[in-house]
Amino acid sequence: MESVFGLVGKDFAIVAADSSAVHSILVHKTNEDKIMLLDSHKLMGASGETGDRAQFTEYIQKNVALYQFRNGIPLTTAAAANFTRGELATALRKNPYMVNIIMAGHDKDVGPSLYFIDYIASLHKLDKAAFGYGSYFALSMMDRHYRKDMTVEEAIDLVDKVIMEIRSRLVVAPPNFVIKIVDKDGAREYAWRESIKDAPVPAV
Amino acid sequence: MSIFEYNGCALVAMVGKNCFAIASDRRLGVQLQTIATDFQKIYKIHEKLFIGLSGLATDAQTLYQRLVFRHKLYELREERDMKPETFASLVSALLYEKRFGPYFCQPVIAGLGDEDKPFICTMDSIGAKELAKDFVVAGTASESLYGACESMFKPDMEPEELFETISQALLSSVDRDCLSGWGGHVYVVTPTEVTERILKGRMD
Repeated sequence: MESVFGLVGKDFAIVAADSSAVHSILVHKTNEDKIMLLDSHKLMGASGETGDRAQFTEYIQKNVALYQFRNGIPLTTAAAANFTRGELATALRKNPYMVNIIMAGHDKDVGPSLYFIDYIASLHKLDKAAFGYGSYFALSMMDRHYRKDMTVEEAIDLVDKVIMEIRSRLVVAPPNFVIKIVDKDGAREYAWRESIKDAPVPAV
Repeated sequence: MSIFEYNGCALVAMVGKNCFAIASDRRLGVQLQTIATDFQKIYKIHEKLFIGLSGLATDAQTLYQRLVFRHKLYELREERDMKPETFASLVSALLYEKRFGPYFCQPVIAGLGDEDKPFICTMDSIGAKELAKDFVVAGTASESLYGACESMFKPDMEPEELFETISQALLSSVDRDCLSGWGGHVYVVTPTEVTERILKGRMD
């Protein structure tokens, strides 16, 4: 089962997700990127039904871009989170998206923020959040070691501790993780934590 | 597990002498897992009207957004705030609209009406109003709350005594309910001021 978790640091937010794409007992690939860059200063890590995840995150990404085109200014992280919740809530009683989301962003006035959005559209702003079976280990590790205003090094150290817990204690543990960070300079990929490397696909 | 017990909540409102108090717990959970300990369940509609929404968090958020929308329109048209009795009828109507696909919420409404007379009421998830002169309760801890309020309540309490009574009733009830707790949030409202306090209870 997929694990996504995130935390807020001194002037940044980090989201980490496992990167295995699984279908029943088969692992399709181990380098699937489940954290989407919504715009220059927003990240959205998603877990859940594979098709819903890919489609819904892309839908949100395009709508965030559309807002910026139409209005000339980007959405704030809070606005993007509330928009996402609205879309999930509207679809909930018709054709629900089975996607759990951790949205992280950095705004000039507010600083870094992290939003937890359930698949049934429960929204809450948090300092640390996690989804999936890995959340049982992630939340406990973060409850123990998280402090407000951690530096990037301390936060990555905590993320690595969580990854180690998930790898050692979860029975079907995902081997690889991707870590992305967002701060005043923007959203970007920070690192991969790989214990299995996929065979590279030859260019056609 | 019942859909009403998915997130966990405890709500209570009490009438005092020319004042009222409304209190909630602070836990946001997903079944057995606690996600947040600062989740807001009581919302201000205007200076003399508060609504607490128990039950499924996503529906509570959706319903709150719809109610704020309706109240803001009302304020623009009527150039005054809504009376609590009118607001209760509005909530009841909105809930019954979804009679065959309801919002999984139980509201607790508390306000000061004409001549600052305290008004409290609760309703079920399809809008059946229950007016009371003394106290109303809702949520996963409602049975414990009924017992605690019945034994602790006295009519015509002053704001300070009302605060103590409602706090003790809330904390003792949530301690018997695993799905609610992690502190308390109490609003005491008189004709002249609104006092908001956070309670520290058993953090489990």
